[in-house]
Amino acid sequence: MKMITAIIKPFKLDEVRDALSDIGIHGMTVTEVKGFGRQKGHTELYRGAEYIVDFLPKLKLEAAVSSDALEQATEAIIKAANTGKIGDGKIFVTNIEQTIRIRTGETGQEAL
Amino acid sequence: MIAVTRSPFKLSFLILLTLLPFLTQADELNAANTAWIMTSTALVLMMTLPGLALFYGGLVRSKNILFILMQCFAIAGIASILWVVVGYSIAFDEGNPYFGGFGKMFFNGISESTLAGDIPESLFAMFQMTFAIITPALIIGGFAERTKFSAVVLFSALWLILVYAPITHWVWGGGWLQQMGLLDFAGGTVVHITAGVAALVAAIVIGPRKSFGKSATTPHNLTMTVTGAGMLWVGWFGFNGGSALAANGDAAMAMLVTHISAATGAVTWMFYEWIKFGKPTALGTVTGMVAGLGTITPASGFVGPAGALVIGFIAGIICFNAVIIIKQKWKIDDSLDVFPVHGVGGIIGTLMAGIFASSELGIFSGQGFAEGISSMSEQLKVQAIGVVATFIYTAVVTYILLKIVAMVTGLRVNPDEENQGLDIIDHEERGYDM
Repeated sequence: MKMITAIIKPFKLDEVRDALSDIGIHGMTVTEVKGFGRQKGHTELYRGAEYIVDFLPKLKLEAAVSSDALEQATEAIIKAANTGKIGDGKIFVTNIEQTIRIRTGETGQEAL
Repeated sequence: MIAVTRSPFKLSFLILLTLLPFLTQADELNAANTAWIMTSTALVLMMTLPGLALFYGGLVRSKNILFILMQCFAIAGIASILWVVVGYSIAFDEGNPYFGGFGKMFFNGISESTLAGDIPESLFAMFQMTFAIITPALIIGGFAERTKFSAVVLFSALWLILVYAPITHWVWGGGWLQQMGLLDFAGGTVVHITAGVAALVAAIVIGPRKSFGKSATTPHNLTMTVTGAGMLWVGWFGFNGGSALAANGDAAMAMLVTHISAATGAVTWMFYEWIKFGKPTALGTVTGMVAGLGTITPASGFVGPAGALVIGFIAGIICFNAVIIIKQKWKIDDSLDVFPVHGVGGIIGTLMAGIFASSELGIFSGQGFAEGISSMSEQLKVQAIGVVATFIYTAVVTYILLKIVAMVTGLRVNPDEENQGLDIIDHEERGYDM
């Protein structure tokens, strides 16, 4: 089992969600986050004063998938979240030791 | 406001003194005028609650939102009480040219049948009360996000009695500036210069916010600010239109030029910013609107539509630059730009009233100079005296009051508390629970 953590542009959420749904991934957690990478920040203008804002709003999407589905899932995210411009985000993949569904107590693959 | 009289200085004042009570009792109540001033009174209160509260509230950081909202409400209450107790009396009792007196304390002598002109005096006193509310409320923008609530309460109360009420007497209560022929229709000197100068002095005395010039202190909710700005625009019809104290042509013209100046100020600021910085901003546009409104205020009953276009345009250009000069060049943390918008607007508006009141400017003509004044230079001299006197008196007394408040309550919260935000520190509440 793998945990996919994707940082994406906020307006891409619906497309990413649909793309994951299409390949049978129906559970995910989304958090509003702020951060920066190569895109750096942007400037904001208030009454003639320009401020550099380092942290940009992004969404963090987390989805637990079976190892078999990993490649398909990451490809779907890449395809859906890509604009070709700087600031499209990143995907991190980590191992999951265990998954437990709280309602039934199912574990492992069954609980995904 | 009640009568514009002029030289010979002492004689006219004596006539005013003897005739005023007699004249006011002789008039009959005019229902149309009364209805309009009742409406205007509600409009002007709406400018503070919630107009100004929202306009200012959106501009601070989310940890200080209640600092603004709470102060607007607290000041509305305190100013109302003080206006009843002594403020109105200082401003509108006959007294001498500099100070009204104590004869109308607790609204003494105001019954349901007492008239001021041809409207009930109870209504006149309340209409004026709403001005006494918004003026100290305007000042809080100058020292926002770092000042103790106790200091704000004490300062606002003292300031209302010792700065606002006497200057109101000078300009509208039969005082020396009114006798001289100062044109200030709805409060360029009384409201905007006093509030702007007090905010500037307070910002200097209290010192900048900890983060000023180091990190961004950006507005936390411009939606709120734009909403409040819209209410200010509408409310200002009562502020300026109501200052005619009648439902007549003066009131209608005041409303029209107020609207024209607001529109022109907003559009001027928008394009100026667009050209200078590459983007037109929402905050800039509504700030230009407020600048246009503040600037037309003293001139509103005296100038014509084309004059208002010029006044709104000049307000947009000058106030825009004043914001940048005071905050970025002079490094004075007048946090919400009260002086560059209201103070500077009040100054240029009061001066321009002396120009565009002229009835000899063709399409740009106004309704003529004050009684007994025949030339623009003479009128401008009076306007300049009004500006300078208001500026200096406000600056000096505000400074002294701040020093007194510093000894009694202290002025600032400590740096730790400033970091945490004044909502938790001063009120043990949060504006947002999310």
